[in-house]
Amino acid sequence: MTRFVVRRLISMVLVLFAISVLTFLIFQAIPNGDPAARLAGRTSTPETVAAIRKSWGFDQPIYEQYLTTMKKILSGEVISYAQQVNVLHEIEQDLPATLSLAIGAGIIWLALGVLFGLLSAMRAGRFSDRALTVLALIGVSTPVFLLGAVALYFLAFKASIFPNGGYVPLTQDPLQWLYHMILPWLVLSVLFIGIYSRVLRSSLLDTMHEDYVRTARAKGISERRVLLRHVLRNSLIPIVSLWSLDFAAVIGGGAILTESVFNLHGVGQYAADSIAQLDVPPVMVIVMLGAFFVVVLSAVTDVVFALLDPRIRLTGR
Amino acid sequence: MATVDSTVRAGAPVAPGADVGPPAPAGVGPYRLGLRRLRRNKAALAFGLLFLVIVVLCLCAPIYANDVAHTGPNANHVTDTVKVGGVTKDVVGPTGEPIGPTWQGRFFLGADQNGRDIAVRLLYGGRNSLEVGAIATLITMTLATLVGIVAGFFRGFVDGVLARILDLIWAYPVVLLGIALGTSLALGGISLGPLHLQGNSLLVPALIIGVVYIPYVAKPIRGQVLGLREQEFVDAARVGGAGPLRIMWSEILPNVSSTIVVFVPLMVANAILLEAALSYLGAGVQPLNPSWGTMISDGIRLIPSAMHLTFVPGIMLVLAVLGINVFGDGVRDALDPRAKVRLEEHAEEASR
Repeated sequence: MTRFVVRRLISMVLVLFAISVLTFLIFQAIPNGDPAARLAGRTSTPETVAAIRKSWGFDQPIYEQYLTTMKKILSGEVISYAQQVNVLHEIEQDLPATLSLAIGAGIIWLALGVLFGLLSAMRAGRFSDRALTVLALIGVSTPVFLLGAVALYFLAFKASIFPNGGYVPLTQDPLQWLYHMILPWLVLSVLFIGIYSRVLRSSLLDTMHEDYVRTARAKGISERRVLLRHVLRNSLIPIVSLWSLDFAAVIGGGAILTESVFNLHGVGQYAADSIAQLDVPPVMVIVMLGAFFVVVLSAVTDVVFALLDPRIRLTGR
Repeated sequence: MATVDSTVRAGAPVAPGADVGPPAPAGVGPYRLGLRRLRRNKAALAFGLLFLVIVVLCLCAPIYANDVAHTGPNANHVTDTVKVGGVTKDVVGPTGEPIGPTWQGRFFLGADQNGRDIAVRLLYGGRNSLEVGAIATLITMTLATLVGIVAGFFRGFVDGVLARILDLIWAYPVVLLGIALGTSLALGGISLGPLHLQGNSLLVPALIIGVVYIPYVAKPIRGQVLGLREQEFVDAARVGGAGPLRIMWSEILPNVSSTIVVFVPLMVANAILLEAALSYLGAGVQPLNPSWGTMISDGIRLIPSAMHLTFVPGIMLVLAVLGINVFGDGVRDALDPRAKVRLEEHAEEASR
C-alpha cells in the first residue's frame, strides 16, 4: 500500500514535470510568439522590447527561462504576459464557476447515466432499450457547443425560460446561481449520460451471466434484489473510475466548450483565451492543474477500489 | 480466437442464405462469422449506408458546384440576386441577413453572410471534415498498433518508456493539448523532415487529432498483446526460428486485427467531432478551407437572424457521426459479442 502510494507519487511528479516541459516547448516553437514584443505592446520601440527582454529574462537560454517560469509558478508569483496579473489569483476567481459546473453536471450525468443504463439492461432487446440506445448514440454524436448554442437559442433567446448564459456566484444569490447553471449542467451531461448508460448496459449484461448471480437467484433472492445488490454493485466499478477521470478533467478546465458557449468565465475559458493570446504562463498553470487532478483522482480511485474489492491488487504501474 | 490462418479475409463473400441455419460449420473464420452477424443487424447497415451516402455526396462536391450551383465554395455573391418562384431576391439583404434555403439549383440551402452558397460549402466542408477524420484515424491506428504491439511484446524497458509517453498524452487535457498545438501550428506550420506543412494545411489538425488519440487505442492493444505473447502458437513460431519482427508481424498482428477493425469507425467518429471542437475554438481547420466545424462556429453568432448557417452543417455533422457510430456499434457486436472494447469510455473528451 505504502509502496503503491510512493510509486504513484513519483510517477505523478514525473508526468507533471514532462507536461510542463512539453507545454513550454510548444509555445517556444511559435513564430511571432516573442513574449517581449507582446509585453511591450503595439506602439513600442525596439529599445523597450530589448529592455523588457532583458528584465524578464527572455534573452536567457530556454532551460533558464523554463526554470524561472517554474520557480514563479511554484512560489505563486506567476504573472501572465498579456494582462500582467497574477495567474493564480485569476484561476482562483474562475474556479467557483468551473467547480459549480463540474459538481452539478457530475451528479446529473452519474445519476441519469446509471438510471438509463439500468433500464436499458433490464429491458435488453425490447423497445425501451432500443429507444434509449438511439438517444444515447445521438447524445454521443452531437458536439456539445452545437447543443449548447441550439439550447440557448430556443430556451433562452426565443422562449426566455433560461438566462442567456453568464455565471452568478453561489454566495451572491443561490437561486440565480441555480437558474444560471441548469442549462450548462444539462448540456454538458448529455454526452456523458450517453456514454455511461452504454458502458453500464454492456457491463450489466456481462455480469448477469456470472456464476455468482446464478447462485444468488438459486438461493431464492428476489430478482430486484439480485439486480441491485449483486449485479449493479459489481458493474458500477468501471462507471465510477470513468466518472472520477471525467470529473477531474472537467475541473481541470476540460469543459472549455461548455464554458465558452455559456460564457461562464471558468478555468477552461481562461485557458482558451490565454492560448488565443499565446500567453504561456496561464496555459502552463491550467494544463498542469488539469493533469494534476487527472493523475490524483485516478490514483485515489485505484486505492478505493483496492480497499473495496480484495481481488484488485495494487501494482506500481 | 487464434486467427493464425492467413487465408481468412475480411471481405470474403458469403453464400446467399448462409446467414440462417445451424451453427457455423468448421473452418469458418471469425471475420466471415462477423460479416454474417453484421448482415443480420439491419439498423447498423442502414446507418452505415447513410454514412456512405454522405461520403459519396461530399466526394461529388466539384460536380455539384460546377453543374448545379455554378459557383465555388469561396465565391462571394454579396451583391447578386436570385430568382425564387418568379420573385427576385437579394442573396444578402440590405441589413446583412443572408437568404435562406431556396430549394433550387442556386443557393439550395441558402447563403451565408458573405453570399457564399451553403450547399456547395457544405459538400466541400464535408470533404475536409472527412479527410481530417480519415487521415487522423490512419495516423492513430498505425502508430497505436505499432506502439501497442512493440510495448506488449518486448515488455520491460521498452514498455516502460512507451507507457510513460502514453501516460503523458493521456494525462494532458485533450482539448487543451489540441488547441495549444493547433494554435501554434496554425501560426507557423510544421516541418517534419523533408515534409513541410503550411499552417492552414488540413494535415495539421489531422496530425494533432491523430496523435491525441493514440493512447486510447494503444493501451487496449498492448493489454491484448501481453496475453497473446504467452500463447502456444507464439512459442511454436519461436521454436520454428522466427525472429521478433516476424512473430509480431505474422503471429501477433493478425490476432489483434479484430480490435483494430472495431476501433476504426469509433476513431473516425471521434476525430470528426474533435475537428469540429477544435475548429470552433479556432485551432482546427483554418479559414478559407470550409469544414463542418468552421461552418457551425461561423454560424453560431448569427443563429437569431440566420439559423440555417448553423443547422445545415450541424445536422449534417450529427448525421455523419451518428451513422458511423451506429455502424461501428454493429461491427463491434458482430466481431465479438462480448467485446471489451471501451473506447467511448475516454474518447468522449473530444467534445466536452
